[in-house]
Amino acid sequence: MNSSDDEVPGDETPPLRSSDAFHEILIFGSPETRRRFLKQVAGTSVAITVGSPLSLFAQRMSETAGGSAPSSAATLPLRLKINGKDVAVEVDTRTTLLDLLREQLHLTGSKKGCDHGQCGACTVLVNGRRINSCLSLAIVHDGEEVTTIEGLANGEQLHPVQAAFVEHDGFQCGYCTPGQICSAVACIKEGHVKSDDEIREWMSGNLCRCGAYPNIVDAIKEAAAKSA
Amino acid sequence: MNPFSYTRATDPQQATQATATNASAKFLAGGTNLIDLMKMGVERPTQLVDVNRLSLAQIEELPNGCGVRIGALARNSDVAQHPLIVQRYPVLSQALLAGASPQLRNLATTGGNLLQRTRCYYFYDPAFPQCNKRNPGSGCGALNGFNRIHAILGQSEQCIATNPSDMNVALAALDAVVQVQSAKGTRSIPIADFHRLPGDTPNVDTNLQADELITAVDLPAIPFATRSHYLKVRDRASYAFALVSVAVALDVQNGRINAARVALGGVAHKAWRAQKAEAALVGKTAGEKAFRAAAETELAAAKGYKHNSFKIELAKRAMVRALSTVAQMT
Ligand SMILES: Cc1cc2nc3c(=O)[nH]c(=O)nc-3n(C[C@H](O)[C@H](O)[C@H](O)COP(=O)(O)OP(=O)(O)OC[C@H]3O[C@@H](n4cnc5c(N)ncnc54)[C@H](O)[C@@H]3O)c2cc1C
Ligand code: FES
Ligand code: FES
Repeated sequence: MNSSDDEVPGDETPPLRSSDAFHEILIFGSPETRRRFLKQVAGTSVAITVGSPLSLFAQRMSETAGGSAPSSAATLPLRLKINGKDVAVEVDTRTTLLDLLREQLHLTGSKKGCDHGQCGACTVLVNGRRINSCLSLAIVHDGEEVTTIEGLANGEQLHPVQAAFVEHDGFQCGYCTPGQICSAVACIKEGHVKSDDEIREWMSGNLCRCGAYPNIVDAIKEAAAKSA
Repeated sequence: MNPFSYTRATDPQQATQATATNASAKFLAGGTNLIDLMKMGVERPTQLVDVNRLSLAQIEELPNGCGVRIGALARNSDVAQHPLIVQRYPVLSQALLAGASPQLRNLATTGGNLLQRTRCYYFYDPAFPQCNKRNPGSGCGALNGFNRIHAILGQSEQCIATNPSDMNVALAALDAVVQVQSAKGTRSIPIADFHRLPGDTPNVDTNLQADELITAVDLPAIPFATRSHYLKVRDRASYAFALVSVAVALDVQNGRINAARVALGGVAHKAWRAQKAEAALVGKTAGEKAFRAAAETELAAAKGYKHNSFKIELAKRAMVRALSTVAQMT
């Protein structure tokens, strides 16, 4: 997607409800919903100043979506199981797992925040363990199982952690949320949910620029209690 | 990122063959430092030798009660929670858990952590023209620049970068031994000789050769290491590099210090084994007076710069607190 694809609409765009954002951007993060989301972000009455987190991530989203790969590169075949489905692709050796998911497979639920391991927006599960997909080359994961935010729900039924995030308003803009949720699923499985402090420490790899932390902790506590 | 070829190593011989024949090949483990630096254009290997499939992830007891061997591919998260480490070397478990984030620790390996490079801003960003570590002879941008995170001990006029690893500080206190292998054979490098001070060649971080593969890190048996602790002081409560950190193990009998292991992080180009402090502690009555005196002795040679002089007093207080914490353990 080039930024030119996203004509900035006027005020007629209906305001985005957080639950819509949650479903469409985080769970079914297709290029169409992303375009709609960008339009809606742009169409809200909130002023988005240059350099604000929102404008930055909108810019990043359009930049990375068009991410180019120089042609001189070596490509290799790669097989993965992603969200239960077998996938066979050719990848440039430089492709990170995050870029494979977003750019080649159009699973845009996993987000690119910093691209340097510093924010956790790209967190996915590989063989059941949470990792930062932005610092891991795709080719390294040949034969492994990847679960992204798109793979957590059971049909129309949200994963308990997703449901708890909706219930507790565990997000504002939603950009960090796919990473938060994947990380939280692992955090609960690891058993690092015995106190608020423990949850905070073991979720510290996921930054939220909107500061939804208290609600995120509440959501994780509830999901953990239900799964216990 | 520059283009590179990719080789998946299936055994150590094959891995070291690749680095023996290509001087600009690099091993790829968790990738959390190397891929980051390749994105920045700081590292530009022409070949990556993926060592993730090597069977080097075990954590096991060495024969005859000689300690514990940690495979080079053991992930930081797995080492931190392994019963042999939690029970016998709590300082190492705590140091690992104080580092990075849970998802980074799931990728980060023992070998990669040992070799992670400095977080000096001038090194990390090639937009800065001066960095003797990245570009020998270009000067040190930090010396008269923004040097809040930089070294106060063992630095040179050529480089005031620090080693950012938490794990290395615990390994220094525990006298770990690094096992390496190359096409020429195997050798063991004591941790004290593994990393280097910058001197006139800050571009060389360690005494490991480019073709050498780290296969394991051995921890000697240290019975009193069950009474050990890692204290990390940083700008936020979690997910930040150390400004100053301290690894401590103490052997105290009837209130008297028989043996002490102290190492400092965030203060030098390598994890700083505080030998002067250790010597000052032995034979003394465990308590704040002895701890403060030992800290003063160790930091007497410290030199601060425009933005990091606070580290001198911070290091002393952190030492006193870490030592007091261990002394109070039963
Ligand atoms: C946002 C962020 C925060 C962090 N915070 C901390 C922190 O607070 N404390 C801390 O200690 N660390 C921290 N780290 C650093 C992290 O611990 C290291 O990046 C990690 O340990 C490196 O291990 P790796 O396996 O990913 O190495 P890689 O990136 O794969 O490799 C690093 C280097 O080691 C070489 N190498 C790897 N394995 C071998 C081997 N077996 N033999 C020979 N050479 C080898 C590679 O060629 C490369 O040069 C942080 C990193 C990030 C991105
Ligand atoms: S995008 Fe991977 S950690 Fe920020
Ligand atoms: S909800 Fe906006 S960054 Fe977390």
